[in-house]
Amino acid sequence: MKIYFELNGRPQYVEVQPGESLLSLLRRLGTKSVREGCGMGECGCCVILLEGKPVRSCILFAPKVQGKKVTTVEGLGSLDNPHPLQRAFVEAGAVQCGFCTPGMILTAYALLAENPSPTPQEVRDYLLGNICRCTGYNKIVDAVLLAAAWKGEGRW
Amino acid sequence: MVIQLGRPWEVVGQNVPKVDGIPLAMGQPKFTLDMEIPGALIGKLLYSPHAHAEIISIDASEAERVPGVACILHHGNVPRVPYTTAGQGWPEPSPYDTVLFDRKVRYVGDRVAAVAAETEEAAWEALQKIRVEYRVLPAVLTPEEALAPGAPVIHDEPDAQGIYEAARNIAAAVDVVVGDLDQGFAESDVVVETTCEVPYVQHAALEPHCVAAYFDEDGRLVLRSSTQVPFHVRRIVARVLGIPLHRIRVVKPRIGGGFGSKQEVILEPIAAALAIRTGRPVVMNLTREEVFVSTRTRHPFRVRAKLGAKKDGTLHAIEMEAISCAGAYGPHSGTVLYNVGAKALPLYNKAKHLRFHGKAVYANLPVAGAYRGYGATQGFFALEVAMDELAEKCGMDPLALRLKNHIRAGETSPLFEKLGEGREGKPQLIRSCALAECLRIGAERFGWHEKRKGPRWEGSWAYGVGMACAMQGSGITGIDMATATLIMNEDGSFRLLIGATDLGTGADTVLAQIAAEALGIPLEKISVYSSDTDFTPFDKGAYASSTTYVSGNAVLLAAERVKGQIREVAAQILGEPVEHLELAREKVVSRQSGRAMSFEEIGHRAFYVADQRHIMASASFTCPESPPPFAAFFCEVGVDTETGAVRVEKFVAAADCGQPIHPKLAEGQLEGAVAQGIGHALFEEMRFSARGRCVNPTFFDYRVPTSLDVPDLEVILVPSEEPTGPFGAKSIGEVGINGPLPAIANAIYHAVGVRLTRAPFTPERVLQALRKGRAKR
Repeated sequence: MKIYFELNGRPQYVEVQPGESLLSLLRRLGTKSVREGCGMGECGCCVILLEGKPVRSCILFAPKVQGKKVTTVEGLGSLDNPHPLQRAFVEAGAVQCGFCTPGMILTAYALLAENPSPTPQEVRDYLLGNICRCTGYNKIVDAVLLAAAWKGEGRW
Repeated sequence: MVIQLGRPWEVVGQNVPKVDGIPLAMGQPKFTLDMEIPGALIGKLLYSPHAHAEIISIDASEAERVPGVACILHHGNVPRVPYTTAGQGWPEPSPYDTVLFDRKVRYVGDRVAAVAAETEEAAWEALQKIRVEYRVLPAVLTPEEALAPGAPVIHDEPDAQGIYEAARNIAAAVDVVVGDLDQGFAESDVVVETTCEVPYVQHAALEPHCVAAYFDEDGRLVLRSSTQVPFHVRRIVARVLGIPLHRIRVVKPRIGGGFGSKQEVILEPIAAALAIRTGRPVVMNLTREEVFVSTRTRHPFRVRAKLGAKKDGTLHAIEMEAISCAGAYGPHSGTVLYNVGAKALPLYNKAKHLRFHGKAVYANLPVAGAYRGYGATQGFFALEVAMDELAEKCGMDPLALRLKNHIRAGETSPLFEKLGEGREGKPQLIRSCALAECLRIGAERFGWHEKRKGPRWEGSWAYGVGMACAMQGSGITGIDMATATLIMNEDGSFRLLIGATDLGTGADTVLAQIAAEALGIPLEKISVYSSDTDFTPFDKGAYASSTTYVSGNAVLLAAERVKGQIREVAAQILGEPVEHLELAREKVVSRQSGRAMSFEEIGHRAFYVADQRHIMASASFTCPESPPPFAAFFCEVGVDTETGAVRVEKFVAAADCGQPIHPKLAEGQLEGAVAQGIGHALFEEMRFSARGRCVNPTFFDYRVPTSLDVPDLEVILVPSEEPTGPFGAKSIGEVGINGPLPAIANAIYHAVGVRLTRAPFTPERVLQALRKGRAKR
């Protein structure tokens, strides 16, 4: 079947397999930031934003995004001009292996859209479904708070 | 928090942006499977459903007829070459007890066959259609069962090599004595003894094990692999498949965590064999369940520690006995076992009488291997719980007991010489040790003395505090070698080529900082290219906490050589003796004449004008000693006496890693290691059915710490200056994981007066211990 959706602001009209996951489709389309850590919706590495809300793409059938807007980290910034959240993750030391980072950043993006100045505990609560095995989370929380501070200063 | 050492360095000691940070945050396609390989087949494995069985027959004919199936491998059609999956230096100290596919399976999850097919669906279908007839054999699921007389022999194959005693299922054994233990305990005023157990736990790196095998334009085999040990992969694949080593190239792109599980050569030989057999590229990517069951785990251990001390708390005799479960095969079994004693016992070098003995025992369970901490974690659990008991018996503060007994700079331990990498080690003097400062500063930040006055109660919750110390090493003495190549571009910038393997730790950044500092250039003038067996020089790989120290020293040596060449070229151009020339800020300056030349001018002259040469140098460094990092851990727990729930409220870890090259990355290593340790202490455990099947191979059933499980965690870097380290640095990757188990166990004891000696400290176990404690009273 063919579906239409918007990926990082670009229209996509693509053939999908019945039962194909959104994760598989997005990787086929070259958005390799969406990665599979468990395939069962448990780790959060494959989180994307669907109409601005964080969603696990490994357990979402691709046809479900028909007519909707999908955002991945490729859509947030560019190598020359990274998004402040991406900068904040690097500056705070929140990127170790980087495998969970895109999902983490998108979840944080959704948090800051809902709540521009979260407390550390609110950040931890919101990131509950995103596993990071490298950092112990401290620096990820720091990164989100740093990005929130920048947002508060009107830097994004 | 970093305690400043106040050295005048410009790049070292600075929190520069991680060199791969922005690309990773952008989601750039940097991981193994992010590269599209047109026409690649999908490789999948068939696993044993039995814990122990002989394969009577395999019939793949029906599977081969599944449309899209290109190749099926099993014991009947691959060469039989015994090897070890342990990615260690040659000759590996692990037993050669593995072949590609065997006629016998030794655990639920052992590999039986491999399929390569055009699609994943075809591969799965083919796996289901391989007919295997098994003769089920009796299985042993614990070291006790495996050691019992008459137990089934797991490795009865005649061609295995290096097993300590295959007939008794003993993969490796150790027995080392210093002084006279009986005399030591007889002379002791206080003796305590404790036995601690750790279960099967897993690394759970978020990127599953994966590999892409393909052929380059010249027909050479390329393995793009998520590995910590690219050079060992090349060597082992070459031997197992009988391919000349120079026909193989191994590339490690970014990898999604390893923690030791990717120090194993698991998928590469199979993917390579499938690619060679089909002449097609092959991609293999494990599911999370496959990672849990068929890759590697930490070694479960039972460690008994017996301490004898004088009345004043001075340790006099220590006995440690360690029994590990190696699982069905023995990669790292001997070296992890040795490390239990080798890394834990030298911390308390005041004891004159020592014995460390133990066994690594096969069982029909998943295969244990290297995991961050590598035996030290299991050793320190028992040792530091025993120290807590000793402090109580001596009526001492646990902190004071540590301060009295721990090793200091200028001191040694006889065990450095007695216990090496699965064999004898080398004598070593401790040249840097800031453990006393770690203890002091950590205690102060934590509020140890105040909190230790407790426990305090809130309703059914009791709050207590505990502490522990630990050390590790920096590389493997006399074995680990790393090489770095520095090449100058004509604009005065440099390429740094390193075989070292950044598995997310930030090694590329740290090594670039060392190069930049040594050359006196800004970090952005260095491009790092790492972990490619064709284009980077040899490095042992990422394990044994070795990269900053061993690879860092190689970078430093290479930089010195390059600086010498730069001076030589400048001397010719300026017509001044080399001795007059100094390097500073991308220039060579004459101390005599004050004349200066930029690196860019020197680079252009050397490339194009006169006495032409490419300014470049390589240097190797072999680890003459392994300076330990030290750490002190303090934690506060809440224990709900009604439900048995344990909550870590606060955790402080203060570590001496020498001079931190990149403080933020070093903190990240410590924080990450402590978080994993907290998971191991509170809930991580692989569980097995009575028939040896892992019953919780998902993140839902095997919980790893989430953002809500890691408490208020503060890490403090307390620098020392390691004279043999690059810019005074030692390691930091592993030491942090050794503290949480004993610190949390000791805090639970302080809170509720019961000793939890079997990890994880689940509510059920805590309640059980509380009930037993009450019954005793």
